[in-house]
Amino acid sequence: MKVYLTRRYMFSASHRLHSDEMSVDENRVVYGKCNNPYGHGHNYNIEVTVSGPVDAETGMVCNLVDLDGFVSEEIVERFDHQNLNLLAEFSKAVPTTENLCIAIYEIVKRGFNLAHLEKIRIEETMMNSFEYCGDL
Amino acid sequence: MVYLTRKAEFSASHYYHNEVFTPEENARLFGKCNNPNGHGHNYTLEVTVKGVVDPRSGFVVDLKQLKDIMNSEVLDALDHRFLNKEVPEFLTRIPTTENIAIAIWQRLAPKLKSAQLHRVRVYETPDLFVDFYGEE
Repeated sequence: MKVYLTRRYMFSASHRLHSDEMSVDENRVVYGKCNNPYGHGHNYNIEVTVSGPVDAETGMVCNLVDLDGFVSEEIVERFDHQNLNLLAEFSKAVPTTENLCIAIYEIVKRGFNLAHLEKIRIEETMMNSFEYCGDL
Repeated sequence: MVYLTRKAEFSASHYYHNEVFTPEENARLFGKCNNPNGHGHNYTLEVTVKGVVDPRSGFVVDLKQLKDIMNSEVLDALDHRFLNKEVPEFLTRIPTTENIAIAIWQRLAPKLKSAQLHRVRVYETPDLFVDFYGEE
């Protein structure tokens, strides 16, 4: 029986939306306030959804201690209180929350194999949220 | 097809322990949750049903009926209980959030007549929830 487990995490980071492939004017039109050269920040809420059968002996899809440990070390420790534009993941990609979703999905997919990764959902603000389930 | 979700809350205590494991294994696997005296949570339950909108009533389901079924089948049995000791399902299964979601599904599904059960979501805390869609 497949069960889905979702855990929420939070980190705060700054970013600036700017594409080297666009002119200064184009960047300003496309990204508006988010193109401010000094950047700005958000409290990002991250939801990691994993799935799998419930282990008969533990009653768990996966041990939360393992998931928390992985996400804390590989995501929160690396992204919290950082400027996203300066991280390796965004050396070529603009750190929109769309691309942040994909970057986090790839990190979890590659490194956490104790349950099946279903989805990464990120709330950039209370009004905006983004989801990525891999290339379907 | 329209989906309708009804929320409810219940408070209960539990602990995680499997007799086939040694005390050391139980402590390592379940950590603080292994304390035999139990600990508690305020659980939030979301029950989502689906169905076609009845042309006469405009309803997917009579909310009063859904609420009554949730009360009699789930809340009366789980609210303010020590799940391991007082709820039959958990005499043999560990009351993890995963198993609680499955047990609630199994209690509700046979009782719902007009609408079909789509999802049971159980929040153990605001940062941890489990979804169960039945045996897919």
